[in-house]
Amino acid sequence: MNSIELLSWIRGPGFIIATAIFGFGISLRLLEIVLLSRKPDYSPPRGSRLKGSLHTLFSRFTVEKTTFRRSAFIIVTGYLFHLGFFTVLLLAVPHIIFFQEILGFGWPGLPTTLIDVITIISLLAMIALLVYRLKNPVLRFLSTFEDYLVWTATFLPLLTGYMAYHHSFFSYPLMFGLHLLSVEILLIILPFTKLMHSFTFILARWYQGSNAGHKGINV
Amino acid sequence: MSTNDHFERGYQAFKEQIDAPIAAYLSSCVHCGMCADACLFFTETNDPKYTPIYKLEPLRKVWEQEYTLWGRLKAFFRISKKLTDHELAEWQELIYDSCSLCGRCSLVCPVGNDLVYMIRKTREGMVAAGHAPIGLIGASKRAVTTGGPMGVRLPALKAQIKRIESNIGLKIPIDQLGAQYMVLLSSMEIINFPEYIEALAKIMQQADKTWTISSEAFEATNSGIQIGSSDIARQLVSRIVNAAKKLQVKTVISPECGHAYTAIRWEGPNLMGSRFSFEVQHILEVLEEFYQQGLLKIEGFEQARLTFHDPCQLVRRGGVIQQPDNLLKRVANNFVEMEDSGQMNWCCGGGGGVGAIEETEELRIKVFKRKKDQLDAVKVDQLVTACANCRIMLEEGLEAYQMEMPVIGLTEMVAEHLQSTESL
Repeated sequence: MNSIELLSWIRGPGFIIATAIFGFGISLRLLEIVLLSRKPDYSPPRGSRLKGSLHTLFSRFTVEKTTFRRSAFIIVTGYLFHLGFFTVLLLAVPHIIFFQEILGFGWPGLPTTLIDVITIISLLAMIALLVYRLKNPVLRFLSTFEDYLVWTATFLPLLTGYMAYHHSFFSYPLMFGLHLLSVEILLIILPFTKLMHSFTFILARWYQGSNAGHKGINV
Repeated sequence: MSTNDHFERGYQAFKEQIDAPIAAYLSSCVHCGMCADACLFFTETNDPKYTPIYKLEPLRKVWEQEYTLWGRLKAFFRISKKLTDHELAEWQELIYDSCSLCGRCSLVCPVGNDLVYMIRKTREGMVAAGHAPIGLIGASKRAVTTGGPMGVRLPALKAQIKRIESNIGLKIPIDQLGAQYMVLLSSMEIINFPEYIEALAKIMQQADKTWTISSEAFEATNSGIQIGSSDIARQLVSRIVNAAKKLQVKTVISPECGHAYTAIRWEGPNLMGSRFSFEVQHILEVLEEFYQQGLLKIEGFEQARLTFHDPCQLVRRGGVIQQPDNLLKRVANNFVEMEDSGQMNWCCGGGGGVGAIEETEELRIKVFKRKKDQLDAVKVDQLVTACANCRIMLEEGLEAYQMEMPVIGLTEMVAEHLQSTESL
């Protein structure tokens, strides 16, 4: 199989398989959560559950002073990675063209140089986070094979995307193919790893906010 | 019952505890480690095993292997290991000895996980599996058979009440039918801080409210909540519910105790399976209400420079946040807030049953350093709080670090500033 055939497979059957597993996986995981349901609460409410949920949904994006001081590295680097990753995903022109083909509409993108800089920052942030995970006593203690697998699966799309765009290393069809393949791998493992947090964080914040809102507390 | 049967029962109990919130929380953890930075058991020891999410590993295993297809497949193909009785034995010190259910971890988790909610439910499994600390088992047994965790029975209470009545010249009503308020007390208050009861009597008199203590249910503390046994918790709450109904009171007052408030206000109706026919208020909520209604006349200010230790179950987990602040500011004009006051305050180290487990003393004193550092920074002469257990823990900690500082209860302080009948 040559690069073109590989690329064709990745863009064709590969893409279908990946999105099917992704779609099935996400649905399954979300159902597995909500079907467990919650027991009713007979204690008289002090506040509103809905208001509590909405509050917590957004409050966790910000960090209060002492928490920031104690966890500064993970917060700053974590944000650099997340913001960088999503900026590149949503505002790089090649990606917008891809979304346009699916959704029927697109949106303005960022200049290439800026995307390049953001990609590099994200990659560096990820490397810093990996080093931190390996060296920090708590993280080294907590981390499992899955943490490192997920790191790799998230790192590769960023790296291969940059390389493909800049026609580096391998031939363009192969590099591009590797980029798409790395994305497909990410999609496939997402529902079955901690990457699910990208969806379930909404539920987690919602549920805790609900319990807190019932007690009239903003968390 | 053999160890195996115990373990099976425990495993079933774990399964029953898992609900949608827990599944959402465990799905969302990304191993960021921020919960460790928020837990005083970690910050003062630097031992990673005290990382809150790590304490929940037994629960996580049961959830993953029982309630996710992927997890079941992993267990089936031996990619992941099943929970063992040995693990539960190992985890006992993480789930009990080094967690005061303070809830700071739940506040900082970026994905929104309520870790202390999960610890509370994990304890249900631990109890069923036979892996709860002896100290708490003893306290629970005493609570069920004698009424309270310290074995304080009615005669002891009555003797203390007699002393109080002669001290303050007021009657303490017992079993008064139709009283507006039924007052609960913690054993700690009855034995160590009877000033609380004196304060309560004076305040009720000034506010001109009828109140009573029930001879059948005067204990506020709930060992079932601390050990994590809903059965025991329910038994203890039902005594209060029955007494309140029998005496036809409008409101039950939870005293200066942290978890007692959680037990009766938030968990009580769910343990009983239905709403109460009476209201439940914390004493500080009552005091604030009295003040707002103009029933509480206070005068004068404390001279000492003081600060407030926020009891975790009352403020962070209970929602009684504004009231302590308001009340304190009315009787103290030299009140300074610690760094991390209010909802973000640090635990005294002794809540959630930790104080009742003898083996934890060394660890407790060690992690008290967090509170010591907070106090050193504000350089106060006096410490005020609103939980009798916090009070004992604070006193012990201050003594261990050779800090001279009186600890006083907020209700007691407010009562000291009640306008005397002559000046009214």
